[in-house]
Amino acid sequence: MRATTMELKTPIPETTIRSLKVGDLVEITGLIHTGRDAVHKYLHDGGTLPVDLRGGVLYHCGPVMVKEGGQWVCKAAGPTTSAREEPYQAEVIEKLGLRGIIGKGGMGDKTSAGCKQFGCVYLHAVGGAAQVLAECVKKVRAVYLLEEFGSPEAVWELEVEKFPCVVTMDAHGNSLHKEVFARSKAALEKLL
Amino acid sequence: MSSLKENLLELIRRTSVEMPDDVSRALIRALQEEEKHTTAEFALKTIRLNMEMAASKSQPICQDTGSILFYVRCPVGYDQPGFEAAAREAVVQATKVGYLRQNSVDSLTGKNSGTNLGPGTPTFHFHPDRGQRGVDARLVLKGGGCENVGAQYSLPDSRIGADRDLKGCRRAIMDAVLQAQGKGCSPGVLGVCIGGDRATGYAYSKEQFLRLLDDRNPNPDLAALEEDIVRTANQLGIGPMGFGGRTTLLGCKICAVNRLPASFFVSVSYMCWAFRRQGVVLSEDGAKIEKWIY
Repeated sequence: MRATTMELKTPIPETTIRSLKVGDLVEITGLIHTGRDAVHKYLHDGGTLPVDLRGGVLYHCGPVMVKEGGQWVCKAAGPTTSAREEPYQAEVIEKLGLRGIIGKGGMGDKTSAGCKQFGCVYLHAVGGAAQVLAECVKKVRAVYLLEEFGSPEAVWELEVEKFPCVVTMDAHGNSLHKEVFARSKAALEKLL
Repeated sequence: MSSLKENLLELIRRTSVEMPDDVSRALIRALQEEEKHTTAEFALKTIRLNMEMAASKSQPICQDTGSILFYVRCPVGYDQPGFEAAAREAVVQATKVGYLRQNSVDSLTGKNSGTNLGPGTPTFHFHPDRGQRGVDARLVLKGGGCENVGAQYSLPDSRIGADRDLKGCRRAIMDAVLQAQGKGCSPGVLGVCIGGDRATGYAYSKEQFLRLLDDRNPNPDLAALEEDIVRTANQLGIGPMGFGGRTTLLGCKICAVNRLPASFFVSVSYMCWAFRRQGVVLSEDGAKIEKWIY
């Protein structure tokens, strides 16, 4: 059973983040930024962002963006698989002062430890639900590193309203992904 | 009358924004069977809403519009380069208007071509056939998240206790399901090829995605294995998005091709719930749509 939906407004205070538990349903309102493979490697290699993300939420997402009448319009914006950022994520959480990571598929022990240490949670959006999630994007405020990385890999600054996610890794070291893997592995051993 | 390019643009649009009937029915069934007030139910309800919104807004179901895979059955002597040229133009246009994401990246420089054209993209599989009337053009858009959880096993594989028999194939396929968890956007569909070489094994595994979910494999052994894989996978509790839940797989489609005595590959491709496949039968000049396939 999941708890009732909790509203999160960015920037998010650490105490709020620490109160969240695996299985909680949350809705995010405020500014979030996209960042995926190229950005994580860039930050790991010493790169910096021209924008302050402290207290913010990083979204593993490569949206479909189209320029209409001089304004960027978000046509589709679901999460991408987060596991690829596992080598870099904990470091990026610390460096940028993030309170939330939105993605899909979950992440590993290193990120889990980073969430615990720095006060961050992993928020699972529904993969493939690009229209439901794009509907929550009320405005594309800015874009960074577009020339360098191309549209899907750029850092898009999005104003979102009631963006729905499930907490699947909390700031206390718990991971739904670890639990489900262990449970399904045990179940399979009996069925082979 | 419209041109081949215009008809292929419509094929791309429909593939990107509309779910095939067989898959959306399977997803609705999964929603009905899921335990109420769970995160699994939340995921499936979101998926249902997303399917409706994508179709009504004519925008991509998923932002990762994936690898662009054309499968074309055509008469002998058909102008294949002409088809390719029209399809490339349609792809560029579809990218411009946002039916497709800019998804073709130079592997050495990291530069995005911005048009979805580049070495190796999109891909075409032509099958000329003496009995073919008209052009049967099918399109699969396969996202990167599910492509990344595909797996190829070389049997015997002592790590998973898989020998060179159907039981061993079952172990390999189930290991792929376990390792994938929710990362390929479950509930998904497996396409599997037993045999072949490393390249053809994966190629045939993907062609299985052209089959309807509720068809029946003509080979009784494979039909039984397909059913068994789905039943077993749905007892693991991985569930939608890996949140835990009742439906992990919507289907499994398996083919077998011959192999070398030295090789025994089991190639598993995973298709996410956002199973984008559509097809159209066109007149040979490409100007007329005879019918939609799925």
